[in-house]
Amino acid sequence: MSARDDILAKVRAAVGEAPEVAAVPRDYRRPSQSSGEELLDRFVERVEDYRATVTRCAEGDVPRELERLLDGARRVVVPDGFPWSVPGGEPDEGKSAAELNDVDAVVTTSSVGIAETGTVVLSHGAGQGRRALSLVPDLHVCVIHTDQVVAGVNEAVGVLDPLRPQTWISGPSATSDIELSRVEGVHGPRTLHVLLVG
Amino acid sequence: MTATFVGMPAFPEAARRALENAQQRHNLAHATGTIREKRASVVAEVDEWEGLRLAGAAIKDHTLRHLDDQLLALESALQERGATVHWARDADEACRIVADIAHAHDLDEVVKVKSMATQEIGLNEALAAEGIAAWETDLAELIVQLGDDLPSHILVPAIHRNRSEIREIFRTSMGEVGRPAPDALSDDPADLAAAARLHLREKFLRAKMAVSGANFAVAETGTLVVVESEGNGRMCLTLPEVLVSVVGIEKVVPTWQDLEVFMQLLPRSSTGERMNPYTSTWAGVVPDDGPQEVHVVLLDNGRTRALADEVGRQALRCIRCSACLNVCPVYERTGGHAYGSVYPGPIGAILNPLLRGVGVDEQTDSLPYASSLCGACFEACPVRIDIPSVLVELRGQVVDAHRGGLPKPEAVAMRGAAWVLSSGTRTARSERAAAFAGRLLDKMPGGRRQGERRVLGTIPVPGPGTAWSQTRDVPVPAKESFRAWWSRTDGGDEA
Ligand code: SF4
Repeated sequence: MSARDDILAKVRAAVGEAPEVAAVPRDYRRPSQSSGEELLDRFVERVEDYRATVTRCAEGDVPRELERLLDGARRVVVPDGFPWSVPGGEPDEGKSAAELNDVDAVVTTSSVGIAETGTVVLSHGAGQGRRALSLVPDLHVCVIHTDQVVAGVNEAVGVLDPLRPQTWISGPSATSDIELSRVEGVHGPRTLHVLLVG
Repeated sequence: MTATFVGMPAFPEAARRALENAQQRHNLAHATGTIREKRASVVAEVDEWEGLRLAGAAIKDHTLRHLDDQLLALESALQERGATVHWARDADEACRIVADIAHAHDLDEVVKVKSMATQEIGLNEALAAEGIAAWETDLAELIVQLGDDLPSHILVPAIHRNRSEIREIFRTSMGEVGRPAPDALSDDPADLAAAARLHLREKFLRAKMAVSGANFAVAETGTLVVVESEGNGRMCLTLPEVLVSVVGIEKVVPTWQDLEVFMQLLPRSSTGERMNPYTSTWAGVVPDDGPQEVHVVLLDNGRTRALADEVGRQALRCIRCSACLNVCPVYERTGGHAYGSVYPGPIGAILNPLLRGVGVDEQTDSLPYASSLCGACFEACPVRIDIPSVLVELRGQVVDAHRGGLPKPEAVAMRGAAWVLSSGTRTARSERAAAFAGRLLDKMPGGRRQGERRVLGTIPVPGPGTAWSQTRDVPVPAKESFRAWWSRTDGGDEA
């Protein structure tokens, strides 16, 4: 018997006769009380709680803010489809991991923001770049629109596409492995700036 | 078979040794106390916490009841998206599959994301025997690997090491396997993390193949999920050309939407954060993004045995958050090594016997006694695994397995936890344990009389363990109930 058939047979022998289980209670799905500004304030507060920075700006100020946030970065990689021009920015062009390691910063857009947890989610489509882009450079500037911010995890999962690769980002890379003292920045970008637009 | 740590003495003996190690006890008490506090505050933030726990348990129960269908759905979703699916009955088969993939690409090294499943099957050792180096990339795992050590906590495997020990490990060992630690390395955690970043970056950039586990696998879509903090997971899941994920068959969840429950339960229970820094999801091969050859190994290794245990099967709901470790008074005093397994603490005390079966080795048989049945683990568990009930059931099975011929059900029982927690002369048991025992006695097959004897093994009595009480250096509780003492002293820290 193949391992597959063997395992499936054992599963059936183990639970085939077991009683049917109760339906999943979904009472935890309560609509969020907060909306609008309250939601955005919470998002900002919770992103900052992870020691990321958040800047709010109007649509028209994005290029100026990007320039400010990228100040000091020698090389900046810009994914295809990123809606703003970044002076001196380089296109992706399939850079190898080693090449990306020489790049200082990356700018991306994002798919969803979660207020409750201070999370931004990338699904790596246009403007967000393939996964390596927002991983190897040490500075990540992530742009999100106010209308992309949802209340909680339930809402975020509801709008995300499970067939797309996703990266959920809550603050910069961190570890607490040494005596549980939190250190920001192990392997991912050590600095995360979120630019909240609108 | 799942291997125990080779040569590991049974729980009571290992616990006695651990108790003598004051440094470890100090580190552990500090660590578990810190995580407990963080967890409590972020859990209190969520109004629907109980609703989420109920839903989490129900989703897992539903999945386990229909695990055959769920696995077949997962398999076809993965295949549809270009992944190759393998099935492994046991550790040997799983290791063989991973090694063969590495050989097929002529590789002598792989990078690894921290994964309980690959530790459980002893993958690193199996690959080493085939001439393939497996580099652990999680900071704690790196510390454990470089220190030639064993992990002691699910979430913080190097919880038993302090900063100066870690500095020594880095200074002595990094150079032997890659980029050495900087000469002027201090014991500041930020400095140590920076040294790990440089040491591992070299390995990430050249890696051709990565091995991961998965926290969840969505049957409906073939989406795998890895939850992490440092970004080493993202490196491994993204940069190499070949990705192999070893996934226990109980990791499957039916739908993408079900993740909304677990992505709230897991981070808050685990690290005590609202959300962990990074979560990666992917479904098979993503064109032009990340590994273009994707394998998933579906691992049994005793899970179907656990599934057949009517009381014990709930252990397969476990999402490996480690909350039960952090609230466990026994774990806090003995540390993880005493359990002799990659799954320590309360979950290890039930999962190891369930995966391996009882009556096979003394170490495993001693584990169901590594508890005072205080019930704190059940209260903390995000998927409501009733660990105390399973412990009592397994104690019964251990006793039954040793009837007829084998001399010593009570000696095997060893009352491990009792000796850690009680004064040697104290025979009072916690009210909570008594309540549990009473409740379970009535439910036990074979009637109350047989059950009574089983549970008696849990009551602290002076006797064969006197030697323990002489070397034991745990704080001696005053004459009050364990729970009262526990909360009054903040888990013994102030006793
Ligand atoms: S048994 Fe529950 S509390 Fe313990 S690790 Fe598993 S899910 Fe977490």
